[in-house]
Amino acid sequence: MEAVTFFIAAGVALAGACGVVLFKNPVHAALSLVGTLFGVAIHFINLEAYFLAAVQVIVYAGAIVILFLFVIMLLGVDRAESIRTEPIIGQRHLALLALVALLTFGVLIGVASNGEVTGVPPQEATYSPLEGGLSIDEAIKDSTGKTIAPKENIREVGRSLFSTRYVFALEITALLLTIAVIGAVVLTRRPKGEPEPLPEDDPPSIIRSADNETDLHSATNEDNGSVVDMEANESGKNSSEELGVSSE
Amino acid sequence: MILGLSIGPEYYLALSALLFTIGAGGLLIRRNPLVMFMCIELMLNAANLAFISFGKEMGDLGGQLSVLFVLVVAAAEVVIGLAIVVAVMRRRPKASVDEVSVLRG
Repeated sequence: MEAVTFFIAAGVALAGACGVVLFKNPVHAALSLVGTLFGVAIHFINLEAYFLAAVQVIVYAGAIVILFLFVIMLLGVDRAESIRTEPIIGQRHLALLALVALLTFGVLIGVASNGEVTGVPPQEATYSPLEGGLSIDEAIKDSTGKTIAPKENIREVGRSLFSTRYVFALEITALLLTIAVIGAVVLTRRPKGEPEPLPEDDPPSIIRSADNETDLHSATNEDNGSVVDMEANESGKNSSEELGVSSE
Repeated sequence: MILGLSIGPEYYLALSALLFTIGAGGLLIRRNPLVMFMCIELMLNAANLAFISFGKEMGDLGGQLSVLFVLVVAAAEVVIGLAIVVAVMRRRPKASVDEVSVLRG
């Protein structure tokens, strides 16, 4: 039964992962990411990590993917990206090579070790709780002596999280989240008293800079001018906007 | 036949390697910053799967706790990354990641 669950969930997860890479529309990619996350959550349940399965669904599928979709809709970038154009010459071949090498490495590690993946026989790992850390075996002994039920898993995760072994990392995590919230607010804040910058819709009269290096870089993107030209044009046209942003 | 198969950690590690590889390949291939962030999430999920698989094999709860911390870091990373994407896209709506190169050395 575990095998059937594993293969079904693995199929869902891999199909979703392929969908993330191959779908041209970012909205479709985000939705197939949900499939991958659900598949991984099923694997978590299969591995008896019940709390993390719930957290995976709530945090990833409920918060992060929604954030992705929100940003996609906010920016209106849900137009299809042509997957055929290769921005950097030879990048596809290098990516394919790296992909094959990585896959071979991972599967070799999984298969060639012949069952002894961790080097320790299962359920014989003597884990010494240094400062209050709990192993799963101890959790069985600490509770009523039965096997771990789902609520026991949640209880033991909570107890380990607030034990002296992990509580400092937990506090640092809280600090990290605070910094992330402040950073997000600062980054997306629009400066006061300044109109919204106009979208650059590729003006035909781009003033070419005299440098030679602008022409070197303009070879890659042919449709909307080179980056340096856009920079020069923008800084020449509305320099007050540049000042306003940089002084922020 | 498939019912009696016992799923060891090597199956989970192979699946984790596959997921990580797909994520890394997508990160190298796609040029949309949002899709690139999704591929980073794929790689983080593969690492989480390996963490929990090892944690179960070793009989240790530390694998699950590491996954919890990875989740928090991934959430913070997504928040900051999407804020940067919004800030960049607001100024130049057609930008792909190759065009944001002002800080090029």
